[in-house]
Amino acid sequence: MAEVAEKQVKQKEPLFSKKNKGLMTDPLFDNNPITIQVLGICSALAITAQLKASIVMALAVMFVLAMGNVVISLMRNIIPSKIRIIVQLVVVATLVIIVDLVLKAFAYELSKQLSVFVGLIITNCIIMGRFEAFALGNGPWKSFLDGIGNAAGYGLILIIVGFFRELLGSGTLLGFKILGDPIEKTGLYAIGYENNGFMLLAPMALITVGIIIWIQRSRNQSLIES
Amino acid sequence: MANTEKNSYTLLFAIGMVVVVGSVLASLFGGLNGQIKENQKKEKKQNILFAMGITKATLTKNADDANSPIDANEADAIFSKYVGDNQYIIEGSKATKTNKAFDVDVKKEGQKAKEAGYTRKLPLYIGTVDGKKSYVVPLYGKGLWDAIWGYVALEEDLKTVKGAFFDHKGETPGLGANIKESFFYEDFEGESIYSGDEFKGITVAKGNNDPTNLRKGDNKVDAIAGATITGDGVTAMIKSDLKMYVPYFETVKAN
Repeated sequence: MAEVAEKQVKQKEPLFSKKNKGLMTDPLFDNNPITIQVLGICSALAITAQLKASIVMALAVMFVLAMGNVVISLMRNIIPSKIRIIVQLVVVATLVIIVDLVLKAFAYELSKQLSVFVGLIITNCIIMGRFEAFALGNGPWKSFLDGIGNAAGYGLILIIVGFFRELLGSGTLLGFKILGDPIEKTGLYAIGYENNGFMLLAPMALITVGIIIWIQRSRNQSLIES
Repeated sequence: MANTEKNSYTLLFAIGMVVVVGSVLASLFGGLNGQIKENQKKEKKQNILFAMGITKATLTKNADDANSPIDANEADAIFSKYVGDNQYIIEGSKATKTNKAFDVDVKKEGQKAKEAGYTRKLPLYIGTVDGKKSYVVPLYGKGLWDAIWGYVALEEDLKTVKGAFFDHKGETPGLGANIKESFFYEDFEGESIYSGDEFKGITVAKGNNDPTNLRKGDNKVDAIAGATITGDGVTAMIKSDLKMYVPYFETVKAN
């Protein structure tokens, strides 16, 4: 008995084995959900006009995806396969309603800004994709790491896009006037700089995401499809 | 392990899941509802004050803030400073001064009013800014997708619009959702709701040919391109809801 137990301990992976770390870091770069898998584009275009909204959206998706992955993974052996998509939807919807209620109670202004997009987390393809592709076949810890990793990869792109759109579109970051005051003509505005209003519109978000994809693929040629 | 492919198992699983999820969400909602209601009340105060021209700029004296409402945590104090107890419930041409006016749910009153014999309770907020009264009337109506609502503040003459605030639940971003934007609601300022002695409301009009709204007496403001139905909703809401206050306004003017 003792021998068997010892063997099991040996076979057990350390919490942050190389493979487990890979689950978290791969989606950040070489398997990024937005730039490589091209999932979750809609919210990446819609809410990235401001850095703050990007960060909150990234955190909300991280919560929903990590928790959802764990829940689905824990239930993976008892979910009837006929209704597994419905079960997944119910889990996402429940977590999203929790996020929505908590935001409404403790960050009301923000919840008004995000309003419809919080609800749209339910339809974020990254979440259903990870449930179906990963959590249904792996244990809770790995699923948790996978959820954090994919949400971080998604959030990273959101934050990069949000950073450039807010900086170039409004001249601010998180609401602080970084480039000076456009009305008082201080800072950069004193020498004739103007905010680019186009940055605030969705098409520029798509172009920004495109530029990120371009940079990433030119740095790592193996990502280019033949 | 039970056979997860059996129909009876699937059914039981589904029922169990609904019960668990339902009770979790219900208890969470119960716990947070008080806080959410509190936030909504503050928002209502912000919006009423906004319609009568009390914005962040009133406090900071910074013109940049003219289109932002006051901070939520200051809403209670500032609301009691400018409006305070000057809240009324209008029934026909009678007005009763009561603090309950703030709690009147305009949407629910609208539904109750459909029953025969029900006199609708109409809340009215009278703010005093720089010694002048402004009468704030809540509006509630339908846009393209969902509810729209707002507040219109009238000057002391009860004819001229002092300011307006509109909001919506789910109008199309970039089109109908723009009723929230300053370029839309600013057009209402100075506009008259009367044509001569007749109540006309304000029409959100296409082909108005007056984009900068120089003609203040024509009862029309410029519509948002691509948001016809939302605009029509605003028109209808102003006409129907503001009209209910007219009997009371007439008695005020007569005195």
